[in-house]
Amino acid sequence: MAEGKKYFGDGLPYRPLGNLKGKLIAIEGTDGVGRSEQIELLRDWIELQGYAVLETGWTRSNLMSRAIEAAKMGNMLERMTFSLLYATDFADRLENQIIPALEAGFVVLADRYIYTAFARDWMRKQDRQWIEDVFGFAVVPDLICYLRIDIESLIPRVIESGGMNYWESGCDLHLGDDLFESFKNYQIHMIEEFDNMAEKFGFEVIDARQPIDEIQKVLREKVAPLLEKKKEELPVRFLKTVGEEQGPS
Amino acid sequence: MSSFIEPHNLPGKLFIVEGIDGSGKSTQIKLLQKWLEAQGYSVFFTEWNSSTLVRDTTKMGKKKKSLTPTTFSLLHATDFADRLLYYIIPPLKAGMIVLADRYVFTAFARDVARGVHPKWVRKLYNFAVRPDIGFYFNVPLKVAIERLLRARAKIKYYEAGMDLNLTNDIVDSFRLFQGNVLKEYDKLVDEYGLTVIDATLDINEQQEMVRNAVKKALEGYSIKRRTHGRRQKVFWRRFAVPSAR
Repeated sequence: MAEGKKYFGDGLPYRPLGNLKGKLIAIEGTDGVGRSEQIELLRDWIELQGYAVLETGWTRSNLMSRAIEAAKMGNMLERMTFSLLYATDFADRLENQIIPALEAGFVVLADRYIYTAFARDWMRKQDRQWIEDVFGFAVVPDLICYLRIDIESLIPRVIESGGMNYWESGCDLHLGDDLFESFKNYQIHMIEEFDNMAEKFGFEVIDARQPIDEIQKVLREKVAPLLEKKKEELPVRFLKTVGEEQGPS
Repeated sequence: MSSFIEPHNLPGKLFIVEGIDGSGKSTQIKLLQKWLEAQGYSVFFTEWNSSTLVRDTTKMGKKKKSLTPTTFSLLHATDFADRLLYYIIPPLKAGMIVLADRYVFTAFARDVARGVHPKWVRKLYNFAVRPDIGFYFNVPLKVAIERLLRARAKIKYYEAGMDLNLTNDIVDSFRLFQGNVLKEYDKLVDEYGLTVIDATLDINEQQEMVRNAVKKALEGYSIKRRTHGRRQKVFWRRFAVPSAR
């Protein structure tokens, strides 16, 4: 049997995996590291090769995105409640988008995945095991690319691209005297958390300080083996039929 | 963070009631509240699925029928976390008595009957405060259904577990689903040492059992409501000395 998909923890007993043909690729990295840009380029490249792509992003579920926006505006939530809102959003996307797409053989590109939730939650000094347990229903990606950057390179990028916002600066954590200090300290912690996870969860670490094209090149190198594997998995019979059809004409 | 496995060490007391719809638990907890208040205790009441935070989302999801067993479970956990942090822990820290109509056991029973992993849902709620007493109102399925059908015209979609596609008939589905919920509750009684009350007994008999159990749990607890800023209606309230704890 080919290696199938696995659940991260306890999983969904009512939804056995195993017949998922598609590939799940997670792109992780702190805010402002250039994830969405890279995903866009990657998507074009994958589609050009003939594979259908589904993009899915953090807090973009139909069910929850409005509730999360409202909660952020109100700024009245405890961190744990936030983590649960994110988990609900993720569950909705997983069951209604990601798993069906994988079943249909799509390549799913996830802009952030459960590791973002882990990094954020751990920073808030919560019980580390708890958040991993909560996300036990997640499907383990086939590939996790971590776009890694250092704080010195990150700061000018974020300022250039529209500035720092309250949540990305962890202002609710009171990490610094002003927005800048807070942002800096928050992102330093986030980078640390991602670094710590890199080994534990087998991230492919990609240096995000390189030019965009260079990063994209590395990303494609990492993704390519997944797509090739898919071709090999095509049943021989199918290939033959195609050949025979072409023969007589 | 505290863990659900251990008893809490907060100055207040937490009593909760559990049971399937139609078991009469809400009636019992209201009677308990009255009795406690009459004795001068500060009582705070909270019920399942009532925080404003996720109410609209749950409603929308239910209406569109887009909820899966897992999102259903997580929405309730979010609601619970919100209520726990705002409405349950603060009164307990202030030494009050908190009464909860349904608690985490509702999730353990219902969500597992809906198909989520029993271990997962228990870990999910690990942040909850362990109650001082968990009452479980045990009622045969037949009795519960009779009571419910008498009390209201229509059974709701999710209440009947219609999302599980057990059968097309809503009453049959309700019977099957609530039967599975009952089975899960039975497991919880031993696992968490719930106090079982026979919900087929007369209401006042059940209430007497509840009060006896609560009385026992309140031994040594004497934090009464302060009298300042309130009209003193009963003479003995004036003489209630706040605890020195």
